[in-house]
Amino acid sequence: MAGVIRHRFFWPVATLLILLVSNLFFSPDFFAVEVRQGHLYGSLIDIVRFGAPLILVSLGMTLVIATGGIDLSVGSVVAICGALACLRISGLGDQNSVLGVLLAVGLALGLALLLGAWNGLLVAQAGIQPIIATLILMVAGRGLAQLITDGQIITINSSPYKLIGGGYWLTVPFSILVALVVFGFALLLTRRTALGLLIESVGGNAEASRLAGIHSRRIIFTGYVFCGLCAGIAGLMISSNVSSADGNNAGLWIELDAILAVVIGGTSLAGGRFSLGGTVLGALIIQTLTTTIYSIGIPPETTLLFKALVVTLVCLLQSRAFRAKVFHRRPMPPPAQPDRQQEPKVEVPA
Amino acid sequence: MLKKISAVVLGGLMVTALAACGGENGAGGSQPDDGKITLGFAQVGAESGWRTANTKSIQDSAKAAGIDLQFSDAQQKQENQIKAIRSYITQKVDVIAFSPVVESGWDTVLKEAKDAKIPVILTDRAIDSPDTTLYKTFIGSDFVLEGKKAGEWLVGEYQGKPEPVNIVELQGTTGSAPANDRKSGFADVIKADPKFKIVASQTGEFTRAKGKEVMDAFLKANKDIDVLYAHNDDMGLGAIEAIEGAGLKPGVDIKIITVDAVKDGMQALADGKINYIVECSPLLGPQLMELVEKVVAGESVPERVLTEETAFNQEQAKAALPNRQY
Repeated sequence: MAGVIRHRFFWPVATLLILLVSNLFFSPDFFAVEVRQGHLYGSLIDIVRFGAPLILVSLGMTLVIATGGIDLSVGSVVAICGALACLRISGLGDQNSVLGVLLAVGLALGLALLLGAWNGLLVAQAGIQPIIATLILMVAGRGLAQLITDGQIITINSSPYKLIGGGYWLTVPFSILVALVVFGFALLLTRRTALGLLIESVGGNAEASRLAGIHSRRIIFTGYVFCGLCAGIAGLMISSNVSSADGNNAGLWIELDAILAVVIGGTSLAGGRFSLGGTVLGALIIQTLTTTIYSIGIPPETTLLFKALVVTLVCLLQSRAFRAKVFHRRPMPPPAQPDRQQEPKVEVPA
Repeated sequence: MLKKISAVVLGGLMVTALAACGGENGAGGSQPDDGKITLGFAQVGAESGWRTANTKSIQDSAKAAGIDLQFSDAQQKQENQIKAIRSYITQKVDVIAFSPVVESGWDTVLKEAKDAKIPVILTDRAIDSPDTTLYKTFIGSDFVLEGKKAGEWLVGEYQGKPEPVNIVELQGTTGSAPANDRKSGFADVIKADPKFKIVASQTGEFTRAKGKEVMDAFLKANKDIDVLYAHNDDMGLGAIEAIEGAGLKPGVDIKIITVDAVKDGMQALADGKINYIVECSPLLGPQLMELVEKVVAGESVPERVLTEETAFNQEQAKAALPNRQY
């Protein structure tokens, strides 16, 4: 039992379960999942379906944060990629042509890689502080998205494109599958190869890693490119889900949710330690919280306050210092850098 | 940067030169020689299709009315708008019109305009200054009235049916004037009959994505929804997708009322997926030019002018759709 409680996923999982169960009081069949219209239907499905873009963005953010950086531009990349894909598709003679949609998707993802590379160059090569470097694209990117959409909402009617974010494959929402594939790919690459170790090493101390023979710059650069790609896929999902591109609002503030998901998942903002599984949990907690607010009917005026209270509670529960003080289990840890000194840097494959 | 500075310097020189010329004839500079009215308009920005249509309407109708339009785009920033208004004051335009980005903080610059004896017209959005002498008139939509129109249609639709009507509401951005007013106008009308019950009301932030997400949650939490009232078309369009995903027919199983009447919304209305749309028109250009001419001629104008707006049912939408500009 003690081992379970001490597992680093215990508190996030507990929070998620409490949130889910508390929904039962307001809608008794919250956990019911049925097949309707030939696809899975239910609140739980909604949570993962609407959470998929956030999961993707958070996965990319995790790796960037692990290198000691941060990427504020993900929301803008989301908007740009959705806008570009929708613009291309709206220009097609036959919007249902699979080839045309694939080309549009390829083009948008190519741009996402390019935008990620731009961030990577600024941070790794030019040595600009990550928060400033990515702030540039965060602000300018919204303008770029508006430029692509010409300030309008582009509406399309394309069933192949619809599949990405709003469609189903063998009754399962396609967006969940995409998120799973990216998660699996990232997990495999970081935990079954040395890449994860290298990222953590660079995040811990980039200069020391370089002296030890690691291409620190290349690792950091790759992190931003991956983050851009994830945001690009999320952008396609968000625009595909509503069959339209909104340069002004798509992905607005998603960077904050993503950073929150990463932190709830137990990744250190100081870099050098990350957990992809924890990030997915964090993203699911945030989406569950959002859905909970809708289904129990918290008035919109107090939604943000409610969210803030829950998030504060989650963060406090995860803080060892706080738990020790409240539950009197352990002596107080030293106040300076309590988290990093206590958690031994032993990596468990997530 | 250098370009900007030189533009400002050049602009300043030109203004001084103009003022020097105008000083000779002693006419006060308010009436340029060619007799054309000059209107300085400070737009909010180009944040939505609605706003783009608004800008185009003003530019087109100024041309049609033979009014010389000085146009500036504030890119959603108050300081840009104040700068633009100051430059209009220096240029001694005949009338200044603007859509305030925010409600407060206009007293100083409007006082400057008043001292320069340049009349000001507010368009589309109001300001919260207690001193109403700072502007001549305010032309724009009445959001409360829009909510009322939506409620009245609903009352008419369910006339003579005693069964309770369960309504869900998708609100606009929390705290924004259109969201507050459309909510209260609607609530005022339907509260007369207790059979109308708003079972859930959440913000969809005026976007399609949020509209869909919130409607999905509504559908799970409330088994029996009869009516959806969305504060704009986009949220309604998102909700339609959620309703279809739940295996229900939008417009039939769940009746939908929205506000705005943008092109995509009108298309859905014509397709029978929305039942009623209350118009919130950005095309206030012609009315604005009329007011400008009256103000310059010294005629009195009402303090509050409503935009000419209507509402559409499905048949009217089919007729109006081909000519929809935005």
